[in-house]
Amino acid sequence: MNRGPLIFLGIFLALAFSWTGIVLTNQIQYGSLTPYYDANEGKAYPDKPSGLAERGRLVYQDLGCLYCHSQQVRRPGFGGDTERGWGDRQSVARDYVYEKRVFLGTMRTGPDLRNIGARQPSVDWHFLHLFDPQLTSPGSIMAPFRFLFEYRQVIGERSPKALKLPVDYARSHGWDRSGYELVPTPRAEGLVAYLLSLKDTYEFPEAKPYVPPKQEVGSK
Amino acid sequence: MASVSSLAASLNPATPADAVARAELREIDASAKWPVIVFLLSGLVWLLVGSGFALVSSIKLHTPEFLGDYEWLTFGRARTAHLNSVVYGWSMNVAFAVAFWLMARLSRAQLRHAGVLIMAACFWNLGVTIGIIGILAGDSTSIEWLEIPPYATPLLFVAYALIGVWAVITFRFRKSEHIYVSQWYLLAALFWFPWLYSIAQIMLIFEPARGTVQALVNWWFAHNVLGLWFTPIGLAAAYYFIPKVLGKPIHSYYLSVLGFWSLAIFYNWAGVHHLIGGPVPAWVLSAGIAASLMMVIPVVVTAINHHLTMVGSFSALRYSPTLRFVVFGAVNYTLVSLTGSAMAIRSFNEITHFTHFTVAHAHQGMYAFFTMVMFGAVYYILPRILLKEWPSAALIRTHFWAAAIGVTLYWLDLSVGGWIQGSEMNNANIAFIDVVQHTIPWLFVRSVAGIVMTIGHLAFAVNIGWMLCARQPAGATAPTLFRPPPAMPVGSVP
Ligand code: HEC
Ligand code: HEM
Repeated sequence: MNRGPLIFLGIFLALAFSWTGIVLTNQIQYGSLTPYYDANEGKAYPDKPSGLAERGRLVYQDLGCLYCHSQQVRRPGFGGDTERGWGDRQSVARDYVYEKRVFLGTMRTGPDLRNIGARQPSVDWHFLHLFDPQLTSPGSIMAPFRFLFEYRQVIGERSPKALKLPVDYARSHGWDRSGYELVPTPRAEGLVAYLLSLKDTYEFPEAKPYVPPKQEVGSK
Repeated sequence: MASVSSLAASLNPATPADAVARAELREIDASAKWPVIVFLLSGLVWLLVGSGFALVSSIKLHTPEFLGDYEWLTFGRARTAHLNSVVYGWSMNVAFAVAFWLMARLSRAQLRHAGVLIMAACFWNLGVTIGIIGILAGDSTSIEWLEIPPYATPLLFVAYALIGVWAVITFRFRKSEHIYVSQWYLLAALFWFPWLYSIAQIMLIFEPARGTVQALVNWWFAHNVLGLWFTPIGLAAAYYFIPKVLGKPIHSYYLSVLGFWSLAIFYNWAGVHHLIGGPVPAWVLSAGIAASLMMVIPVVVTAINHHLTMVGSFSALRYSPTLRFVVFGAVNYTLVSLTGSAMAIRSFNEITHFTHFTVAHAHQGMYAFFTMVMFGAVYYILPRILLKEWPSAALIRTHFWAAAIGVTLYWLDLSVGGWIQGSEMNNANIAFIDVVQHTIPWLFVRSVAGIVMTIGHLAFAVNIGWMLCARQPAGATAPTLFRPPPAMPVGSVP
């Protein structure tokens, strides 16, 4: 093969093929997908994220939670996602239309977080878990995010948001100086607001919750 | 320009053709000297930096409190710094070095105005440095393989534009009639990369597409960087060095044509297999799976071509460092690609997706194949452009065995560990925290493997440093081999 231009043409066409097929076609096919208006509820889904959650999304992005957590539920019967309670139904493209940056993820060192807001709605739990995952999940290998909290002198009233560390833990880890409190920084608050906003607990015509087959009478 | 070689030939009609050819090669090597050295040394620094981040992130996965209070070294950032230093730092730099040297040699053309390339190298490395500092400081985009923050990417673009144009210019000035298979791969890679990179930047960062279209663009890019950039460059080097060191032609010209075009057609559709089971149109996934299976064709064809060229010459592996590294890489190319095709099958993917199995696969591809081939290429190229030999065969041996054993252990360990992790994760009766706990021993062994690999990198760096500092010997010297070769007709060693 000695014809430079011909080789070049082939090289061009090869990538043009998948560029058209994967990128352009899909951009045209569903690149302007809209939210779904639910006439029964008089409301469109998915919900728009709040400003605080939107700031939290940026914290999720800059700390790289994505490298340990996915945000996509596979269909029932393909993997154990729904059985593990990671979602009632499969995630579909429409769930993501408001996300400026989509964090589908490819790794599950930790659980899928697509519906963490529904599964774990407690703000306090999330703060404790981020501060030190061992507090809520002994044996976890999740990174601690203590730097998202501020250890500061109490001025006047104790902050209502101050972390309620177990007494033993606070003592053994040196967080028990009297007159001091541990409070989440605005980044931590945003992050938790973001986590709580992660819940696809609505239906689309193309994505209905999975109804398990009826259990036979007598099988426990 | 009246080159010394043609001068010699014109003055002395009795100059043997062989000597003329050698003189010409020397001039080409000399013209490529500084760009190759600059790219290579920058790559080497990034390899060491990347190994450091690798160890930090690896240890953090089994001992999360390790350096736990430093925000800039939190797992998500250290890991990303690792990926970007070994991919954009080490792999890209060494790819540029090897690609330029190959392009010049195969085109029998000197690199013109090498200063421009050195400038490109500076821009590139400045871009990567700013990018990695940005990632550590919290400006990562969290788009896999494209984490470098948008303020650093223009530098990479400028650098790449110079690099791509220069390679094409070198090709245009070729003196050889025939275009060797390595050149097709190089040209294709050089052309594909900027296309992939600019579309990805536009559709993901500057004017983001809506929803999961982003994920499709992301994996179209990320997998093609492997398949249409690193793979062609690794294969170009393997296609050059195996026959070169053995002094015999590649097994089949026809197979190399088939291998090239089937790779070009199938590979670029395969990337979406990273989204199997995900919220994207089912037909794209089916197309991606089909293309991933079709990849068996180019892989088997290339495997036959490489491995049959080796048949009858295995003894050369005992003394040639270049050959040993390149053949290790070529064998792993076959293995990693066949595993990749298997991983695209839904029932296999159901288990391995989202697990450390993928990480094992990534290192088999980027390290056991690509990086090992590049190591082999460097062992060949550096003595030729520096006109000095490698100072220590023992260090080369240490490098080879540490890298080979380390990466094999890494791959075996996380393949098994990842498979167990995936199987357990799909069984909802096993508590998630138990799944996590069961991965820890495997993650620990990975850290051990990483230390072994890093020892190899240090041996490599010491040998290169020593070589650069050593005084230039007068006259011709013998190449550094693992052991003296038997008297047999080999082309050019090592
Ligand atoms: C090194 C990997 C790793 C990183 C990085 C990581 N996690 Fe985790 N995460 C885990 C593991 C493992 C678990 C399961 C054990 C546990 O609950 O801690 C988990 C659990 C969780 C849970 C509870 C899930 C459930 O179903 O109960 C939440 C919420 C969470 N992580 C949020 C985050 C956020 C937010 C970040 C980024 C700031 C993050 N994680 C970064 C590994 C990680
Ligand atoms: C020094 C030995 C090395 C060690 C210990 C190591 C370790 C790691 C670790 C811990 C990760 C993160 C995995 C995760 O997110 O769970 C990773 C990712 C990665 N590394 Fe390395 N690495 C090493 C060398 C290299 C080299 C030399 C290359 C390439 C030339 C490389 C390429 C990659 C790639 C491509 C990924 C992304 C994998 C994925 O997300 O699937 N690594 N490595």
